[in-house]
Amino acid sequence: MPKLQSAAELEKFRAKLLANRDNTKPCIAVCAGAACDGLDSATVAAAFKAAAAPFGDRIEVRTTGCHGYCERGPNVVVTPGDICYFEVSPADVPEVIAATLKGEVVERLVYHDPATGARAVHMADVPFYKHQTRLLMGDNPKIDPMKIDDYLALGGYAALVKALTTMSPEQVLDEVKKANLRGRGGGGFPAGLKWETTRNAPEKTKYVIVNGHEGESAAFMDRAMLTGNPHKILEGLIIGAYAIGAQKGFMYTRHDMPLLEKHVRNALAQAAQYGLLGKNILGSGFDFECELHFDVGIFVSGESSALMRSIEGNPPEPRPKYIRTSVSGIWDKPSNLNNVETWANVPQIIEKGADWFTSIGSEKSKGTKLISLSGHVLNSGIVEVPMGTPLRTLVFDIGGGVRDGKTLKAIHFGGAMGGSIPADLIDAPLDFDGMSKLGAPIGAGGLLLMDEDTDMVEVARYLMDFLTKESCGKCVPCREGMAQMLQILTGITQGQGAPGDIERLQDLIEVTGVASLCALGKTSGDPLKSMFRYFKPEYEARIAAGSDAK
Amino acid sequence: MSEEAINAIIEKYRGQPSSLIHALVEIQHTNHWLPREVMHQVAGALQVPFAQVMQIASFYKTFSLTPKGRHEVHVCTGMTCHLRGAAGLQAKVEELTGLTDGQTDADAKFTFATGACLGSCSIAPELIVDGKHYGRMTPDKVEDVLKQYE
Repeated sequence: MPKLQSAAELEKFRAKLLANRDNTKPCIAVCAGAACDGLDSATVAAAFKAAAAPFGDRIEVRTTGCHGYCERGPNVVVTPGDICYFEVSPADVPEVIAATLKGEVVERLVYHDPATGARAVHMADVPFYKHQTRLLMGDNPKIDPMKIDDYLALGGYAALVKALTTMSPEQVLDEVKKANLRGRGGGGFPAGLKWETTRNAPEKTKYVIVNGHEGESAAFMDRAMLTGNPHKILEGLIIGAYAIGAQKGFMYTRHDMPLLEKHVRNALAQAAQYGLLGKNILGSGFDFECELHFDVGIFVSGESSALMRSIEGNPPEPRPKYIRTSVSGIWDKPSNLNNVETWANVPQIIEKGADWFTSIGSEKSKGTKLISLSGHVLNSGIVEVPMGTPLRTLVFDIGGGVRDGKTLKAIHFGGAMGGSIPADLIDAPLDFDGMSKLGAPIGAGGLLLMDEDTDMVEVARYLMDFLTKESCGKCVPCREGMAQMLQILTGITQGQGAPGDIERLQDLIEVTGVASLCALGKTSGDPLKSMFRYFKPEYEARIAAGSDAK
Repeated sequence: MSEEAINAIIEKYRGQPSSLIHALVEIQHTNHWLPREVMHQVAGALQVPFAQVMQIASFYKTFSLTPKGRHEVHVCTGMTCHLRGAAGLQAKVEELTGLTDGQTDADAKFTFATGACLGSCSIAPELIVDGKHYGRMTPDKVEDVLKQYE
């Protein structure tokens, strides 16, 4: 593959690609996402490849990233028709191949409603998918993440072409600002404003960063995007770099996901080979390169200033942000950091425009949001819905409600620094500001259901235990304050609660909150605050029972 | 793991203090632990104080300062795994191997560690051995899994 020298060459190459692709040819897409992989989808994929081999060009088998419906994995999607097969085992392979070649459907492997028995064959009819708007995740079953051509065939890098050839950096920036794209990593801060700060910072050398650390417990959508469709994030990053005037980018991600590393490394190499990274990208005169970095196994390295210290080769410890990292970040240069999902939204905003983007979502939160649905939910997986979607849709229509026939007690958002709200707030819309006000900020988008048997004191103790171990130790109030809170909570769960424990916890929450540098310490008490707001009687009863026993 | 491979990694980053974490992660990934003499080599080649190498290598969970067992056994203690019974799995692994979190047995067969979150929440709780995920685990299935490893 020779380097593409111009936008015209890329479009010519794409046209040739599409001409050589036959959309009527059956293709079997086997999911290799984290959950399916854990259910041995690799064996299923190997069985499909072996069984399809004798049929040569008549059928294609593709290993892909996460499809979304992890609960029913290993997932297989057959095109044309997006026929969904669930819980596929190697033994099912010959039957699927035979049926696919004949244009038939294997009835026993399609979706059957557990309650009514109603069947759904096509993806658009399966209840889990039916209520979603899969702008970001939808391409996953259509892409082999190791092949840039698959991404190009779906129109990939067209937004980059548009930005480089028809828009000035200022116009790109304006479009993202107008789209009101808000950071998907937890802050919800407008990405366009952040970009502008870095763009306007006086230094010439600037950096852009993909935060793919995803340390939030029970959030797994960023991994699914990076592993399943790495070029989408890379395209967003290059466009952002062009708008900001950055010459270099960093992808910062987890060290413990071998498949993710393989796909991202390969994507960076292929993009460079095609001339989409490097000097004079597509003949535009814009130079940009991107480097891959790994975390060192600590939660706080997802915090922006800590992450940047880590890229410099230093221990990932947060620093005070009197000067923002968008002005002074990596090696004191202006550095714009956004989350994986935020970058993934950029190409479609440039391609379809801010007006299109703002037509989706709620008043103040635009676009779709990826949600990792897990806990005591019937249908666990990765869900994508427009902002503003009621939680009820997520929990019941998509999630199928609580597993094992139990009732819903609480919904938890945002991992260890999030919060829990009671089941009766189920009609609240998914919205950055609204959920924060309720005390359960969306965070990165990990949504957990907790059933009637969940011990809310134990949940708070567990979360505090997690954070205590993840504190970098730099700020004494964080390191010691959380240790004290953990001690009190552990006491309560062991029946050794004492009168005044709640007040003591509230004091500690306040001090730790105001006197810690980064969000880890500042918001370490947030889960507890939500507990005291909605589940205080449970705490009081446990403490009373403990004091009585003495 | 040959000395050659470690040397190659160190040479790649010679004179680049900012590549300290890169170098340590790569050595950890290939060698599975960081011997003290190797860290001295890294410090010399990358021109960083040994104390800084130790600061990173000793505090962060990615790195191990002792040799690991032939098989690495993990129990995910992420939030969903916790809600769905990770504590029971952990207790069972500890009972069967006699190891607590972070330990390696005398025969260097197993190293046991908890960790969160590995993102396979949909099949929680899970046990991971040498990177292979065993999803939807129950304590009574742990023995059969561990038996497969020698």
